[in-house]
Amino acid sequence: MGSRASRLLREEEIEEIKKETGFSHSQITRLYSRFTSLDKGENGTLSREDFQRIPELAINPLGDRIINAFFPEGEDQVNFRGFMRTLAHFRPIEDNEKNKNPSATEPLNSRTNKLLFAFRLYDLDRDDKISRDELLQVLRMMVGVNISDEQLGSIADRTIQEADTNGDSCISFNEFIKASFVVNIHICTVVLVLVNI
Amino acid sequence: MDVFWAGALWALKIWLYLIILLIMIPSMFGFSLGISEIYMTILVKTLEWATLNIQKANSDEGTLKPSSSNGLIQRENGSMEKELEELRRSRPKPPVGGDFTLSDCFYFIRQGIESIVDDQVTQRFTSEELVSWNLLTRTNNDFQYISLKLTLVYGLGIIVRYCILAPLRITLTVIGVSWLVIGTSAVGLLPNWRIKFWLSELVHVMCYRICARGLSATIRYHNRENKPKKGGICVANHTSPIDIVILCTDGCYAMVGQVHGGLMGIIQRAMVRSCPHVWFERSEMKDRHLVTKRLKDHVNDKKKLPILIFPEGTCINNTSVMMFKKGSFEIGTTIYPVAIKYDPKFGDAFWNSSKHSMVSYLLRMMTSWALVCNVWYLPAMHQQEGEDAVQFANRVKSAIAHQGGLVDLQWDGGLKRAKVKETFKEQQQKKYSNMVVRDDSN
Repeated sequence: MGSRASRLLREEEIEEIKKETGFSHSQITRLYSRFTSLDKGENGTLSREDFQRIPELAINPLGDRIINAFFPEGEDQVNFRGFMRTLAHFRPIEDNEKNKNPSATEPLNSRTNKLLFAFRLYDLDRDDKISRDELLQVLRMMVGVNISDEQLGSIADRTIQEADTNGDSCISFNEFIKASFVVNIHICTVVLVLVNI
Repeated sequence: MDVFWAGALWALKIWLYLIILLIMIPSMFGFSLGISEIYMTILVKTLEWATLNIQKANSDEGTLKPSSSNGLIQRENGSMEKELEELRRSRPKPPVGGDFTLSDCFYFIRQGIESIVDDQVTQRFTSEELVSWNLLTRTNNDFQYISLKLTLVYGLGIIVRYCILAPLRITLTVIGVSWLVIGTSAVGLLPNWRIKFWLSELVHVMCYRICARGLSATIRYHNRENKPKKGGICVANHTSPIDIVILCTDGCYAMVGQVHGGLMGIIQRAMVRSCPHVWFERSEMKDRHLVTKRLKDHVNDKKKLPILIFPEGTCINNTSVMMFKKGSFEIGTTIYPVAIKYDPKFGDAFWNSSKHSMVSYLLRMMTSWALVCNVWYLPAMHQQEGEDAVQFANRVKSAIAHQGGLVDLQWDGGLKRAKVKETFKEQQQKKYSNMVVRDDSN
């Protein structure tokens, strides 16, 4: 018994997370089980090392940035609520959600919020623009040592030139949305499979 | 008071005689009185009944559980090239001098998030999750009260396992291990006549059979015509130290391992008196040439027993086979692959060395329902022309994974404790770079 959850998830917490993220009851318990298995220190929070212990994530070129996205500004630990809030961005968009309460705040997994997640991956200093340096940093992470500085620089320049419409040599969020040409947003979703046995 | 002690001693004597007559002697000589078969039949029926009850209760409530065979996520399983092509499809024109779009990052983001939710590696180092609860406290993850009958059976199970089965099994194991030490030392005193080898094999097999009974092991051997022969190396997937007991009840092997202190050291020194095993000092293990030479010398002596090696190097949870270290495949002799698959319903055989010590693990084994496993002897394999040790190792690994119904993984079991090498990330970066800058020399 002590091998799994050192503390069981209370029903009220599950309800709150359900309202905030849109995950179902069973998805939340399943993801809590995953959270506790990653939490080697068994203190109810995850550190960056806990994420880096996942080999498939450690070899991902953007792994560090993705891990960063889970941690609030300046913090080193993320609790289960924070974990779920970030994962919620990747829930598939359901059609019936669009028709629900239109005056309510936009759900975490809306198309815009998915694109915002990717935008924030580039925009490290959170000034709502991707500068040439920030773009170069991410490019360098993705290609490693295989492309020269000059070639990478010209790729970055060309990308900004194509995307920049207001001439400030940076990419704003709106310019990002248009320039990323993402028609099929399902590419930014992770589908959880839960079956009745 | 004296009457009490006399009575207790008398009861203990009866208990011991019963064990020796009914369990030890039949198992030593390889036949069975049928008591454990009856126990297993009752157990299987009880577990089936429990599963039906739980399923009925779950479907009434509408609870959902993950399908364990597919994992938690529905994956696309496309290659990097395919998925990036898909992402870039809606771009107006292919640019010159560098193929990059801002949306390329989505591929890596999705891969990253998928691995955070469910990855192929970290789950192999913890016990396999059961599809349906098997009435053991330790596998009960979400406690839900189902019915009174089920709880009574569960309670009865606890009494049976802890008060009847566990003492029985502990007694048997103690007898088995002591007999191993005494017997092999005794045989070791004999001069090197033919009869010594025969006796040594007999003592080893008998002791392992007693230990197997001490774990209530029901083992089914398949394809015994492929059993490892002298001068070869037997390789198998590794789940726990009990693998050795499982394999050695059906044949004699030379063990390879590190010299330990304490009880293990006594057992090791006793075993090596009656027939040669390969024990290394801790310092010697680091020298790969020394290790290879000693193993080569052993297999070249045709009188010596086949060596038993677990190339994964660490215990994995029996749902997959991880990378085989190439050392044993460089020796150049016949390899006899063996696949071992435990049935997790009756007890979890995986030894999680970071969570349980050896003693605590053995006690857990003795308080499980039983140990049921299948052992498949696969046809012998040789290194082929033009095949290097790593490819040979992968070929053997795939054969074992295929036979045992296990997932064939390329990841190193050493990732249990060590970090993954940077070279894998560099490979990913190189692959992506090729998609950004088409390599004209190709």
